[in-house]
Amino acid sequence: MSRQLKQLGDDIWRNKVEKVNSELFTLTYGSIVAQLCKDFNYNYDEVNNELFQMGYSIGIRLIDEFLQKTQLSRCVNLKDTAEIVSKIGFKIFLNITPTVAHWAADYRSFGLILTENPLADFVELPDDGKASKKLWYSNILCGVLKGCFEMVQLDCDVSFIQDTLKGDDATEIRVKLIKILKDEIPAGEE
Amino acid sequence: MQIRKLNNLGYSVGLRALELTSLIENFNKNNMSSSGKSNVSKREIRILDMLQFIGSSIWKTLFDKPSDNLEKSSENENQYMIIDNNPVLSRFISVPKEYENLNCEAFVAGIIEGILDISYFRCEVSAHSVPAEGFPNRTVYLINFDESVIKRESRLSRK
Repeated sequence: MSRQLKQLGDDIWRNKVEKVNSELFTLTYGSIVAQLCKDFNYNYDEVNNELFQMGYSIGIRLIDEFLQKTQLSRCVNLKDTAEIVSKIGFKIFLNITPTVAHWAADYRSFGLILTENPLADFVELPDDGKASKKLWYSNILCGVLKGCFEMVQLDCDVSFIQDTLKGDDATEIRVKLIKILKDEIPAGEE
Repeated sequence: MQIRKLNNLGYSVGLRALELTSLIENFNKNNMSSSGKSNVSKREIRILDMLQFIGSSIWKTLFDKPSDNLEKSSENENQYMIIDNNPVLSRFISVPKEYENLNCEAFVAGIIEGILDISYFRCEVSAHSVPAEGFPNRTVYLINFDESVIKRESRLSRK
């Protein structure tokens, strides 16, 4: 199963997705974060929040692209979901494959460890003593995941718990399933 | 307001993109010359050379294709245009009605401005959507050079 997914992810990455220069992408993201920091007067809680919201808006649309390209069907359990997020989701959009690790005993939450992070290339956090404690530089990723999960009826908490930019040993996103939402008929379409 | 902001975002990308592109270019050139002699590319000081560098090298690095045209305005001496028939970045963007005069390519205009500014060509760059047949997204980046740049240019061409 796991190998098949990897193969699928590779195939889609190679043949189906349009690519853009990664440095342009990195620089653009950096430029946006820097601007947000200025706009919110270096209040990093608000910057985190804004990045998350931006990601969320991306996520609820990105899932369509994802489903269209992959033609995958429903996941059976969260373990499946985690594998697919890492081996296909991250692969086709960012060309990275985070490691799925640190499962909770009840299998309702897991960690995604990013060994490489294209968003954070060339990055140094502001040297004001606050940024290295508070700013989650790549927080947009959490928003994207949150948005995507929500559109497939998974209500999740997604947040960073460590980041190498801050001097931690690894970069890890924690995903915690809160509940599975019910399929609902969109308003006005009965 | 939004345009200014997009422009500024691009500006800071431009500053870094120039450095990066030059680095990549030099690296590739050095690798290719078998003599081991370094033929490091120089900083361009002429307007046309500089714009050609942007239209080819920078465009290729950032967007994986050269720009489609480079023109000089016939009315104003200080105006030049870089033209892209199908800009990569705004391919998936549709601007809502209430932002009708917002052109998202202002971001790329900012990149150009950043690159020119840090290379001592003071200027302002704006993006204009000028559709042509078959190219609904065709964009013209209008470059308005500062007077000092034009003066220097005419001094250099007299030599």
